[in-house]
Amino acid sequence: MTKKGQDLKPVSDFIPDKAPDRFIYQMNEDKHEVALKTEGLQVRYGDKLALSEGDLSFERYKITSLIGASGSGKSTFLRSLNRMNDGVANVSGKIIYRDLDINSKDIDVYEMRRHIGMVFQRPNPFAKSIYENITFPLTRRGKYTKNQLDEIVETTLKQAALWDQVKDELDKSALALSGGQAQRLVIARALALKPDILLLDEPSSALDPISSAQFEETLLELKKYYTIIIVTHNMQQAARISDYTAFFHQGKVIEYDLTRKIFTRPKVKLTNDYISGNFG
Amino acid sequence: MNAKTADKVATGVIYAIAGSVALVLFAMLAFILVRGLPHLSWHFLTSAARSFEAGGGIGIQLFNSFYLLILAMLISFPIALGAAIYLNEYAKKNSLWVSIVRTSIEVMSSLPSVVVGLFGFLIFVVKFKLGFSILSGAIALTIFNLPILTRSIETSLSQIPNLQREAGAALGLSRFETVIHIILPASVPSIVTGVVISAGRVFGEAAALIYTAGQSAPTLDFTDWNPFNMASPLSPFRPAETLAVHIWKINSEGIMPDISEVSAGASAVLIIVVLLFNFSARRLGQLLYKKLTKA
Repeated sequence: MTKKGQDLKPVSDFIPDKAPDRFIYQMNEDKHEVALKTEGLQVRYGDKLALSEGDLSFERYKITSLIGASGSGKSTFLRSLNRMNDGVANVSGKIIYRDLDINSKDIDVYEMRRHIGMVFQRPNPFAKSIYENITFPLTRRGKYTKNQLDEIVETTLKQAALWDQVKDELDKSALALSGGQAQRLVIARALALKPDILLLDEPSSALDPISSAQFEETLLELKKYYTIIIVTHNMQQAARISDYTAFFHQGKVIEYDLTRKIFTRPKVKLTNDYISGNFG
Repeated sequence: MNAKTADKVATGVIYAIAGSVALVLFAMLAFILVRGLPHLSWHFLTSAARSFEAGGGIGIQLFNSFYLLILAMLISFPIALGAAIYLNEYAKKNSLWVSIVRTSIEVMSSLPSVVVGLFGFLIFVVKFKLGFSILSGAIALTIFNLPILTRSIETSLSQIPNLQREAGAALGLSRFETVIHIILPASVPSIVTGVVISAGRVFGEAAALIYTAGQSAPTLDFTDWNPFNMASPLSPFRPAETLAVHIWKINSEGIMPDISEVSAGASAVLIIVVLLFNFSARRLGQLLYKKLTKA
């Protein structure tokens, strides 16, 4: 019997302390442009270790899905990437962005978050007009002419596929938008800052199936210009839109690979169980 | 008794209890208004009080009440706003310091207003030599008002979902920017409602003012708007009997022949103003919300 194929068989009942390299996709940095990577990331809530392992590299202009059951640490991981866990949890380890460890103390987190934007599960437009929702964060930091702002609003709303629906009512309250529209507005607001990376925390779980499908199309469009890391509970969504997938379990990354490999030939039995729904 | 009848009886009892609360209020309002409304006239509302003869009004007292209210609000609102922002946005939930601040606010809110008044008398009137003055009264009212206002603003801020704070942070806004430009505008309507309702309470306060703002209402020269002249309505250093104090005063030691008419009329005015505050509070809040959020 040849050894060939043995590696492809899921390893039974394997829960590693630290996943060996062969289960974690090692990005060849000569071939792939790495937008963001983590080294030895650990997250603690008080004494409780919520995430103990997370050495992942994220390729530029690709969509990476983080999947796993509730409480598996994927959202914790995502929120650590732009320091949204500051003051909530204790995050140690390195997060490398443009050769800079953005998890270090001397980083200006407010400036950093303008490069690494985030969109949350529930749409959170401000109690301002649609127009101001997009322009407000911009005008807090820089000077823009009315024309520039108009142009940014139009471009970002078009990118988020909301322009046609709201172009005549930009001065109306953003609170009047439907859930799907509000989430698009939030995306547009994040895009207006021209971030490099977009972190999405279950962004379409509060949307109905039609809005959700449109949302996925938008993401595929956006990845031409942005690096996207998305936490999702929806396995089909991860399979449809992402290039890479990381599977989290009990605060550890169990497996990380190209999405097609994860969903067709996972190396770890646990991954296989999760994506096929035999979990628990 | 089966479950259905038990439920009906319980519902009836609860309705009756709730109804009796409303009934007490309506009975009191009706009594005061029926007795007081016939005495109200433009003359009564604008002329000065008379000590020995009939036909006096409450003009100066009414003006004093509003002026004192505005001064007290000017002093207490910024402090209450700052304290509320600290408690709701910055304070760590379990620190010793925060629990000391919270306990202080609770104790302050349960201080009897007459104690606040006597404290104000000893400290501001006597020790700081402010005398019986609007300023002393306004400070006493601030002590009385601060805990209520702080809590009301804190509640308003806490009603803004955390999603908004996260949104601000994720867009690279500092916590202060988020509070000032996102959280506060969103909570302005409910803050205003709280301020106006507490204004109603302050407007009707008497005990805290008897020994601080004084029990006399010197004649005012309504053509002199220089706040440094004692006869000017705007002077914060003049003694100023308010409407609520006036009602107490004439009922305890008044000697004019029409005491009961003046007292009934003044009570009606007091109650009407407080009711106006309460009714307008919600309206104003809704109006502002529409204006600010363009909803």
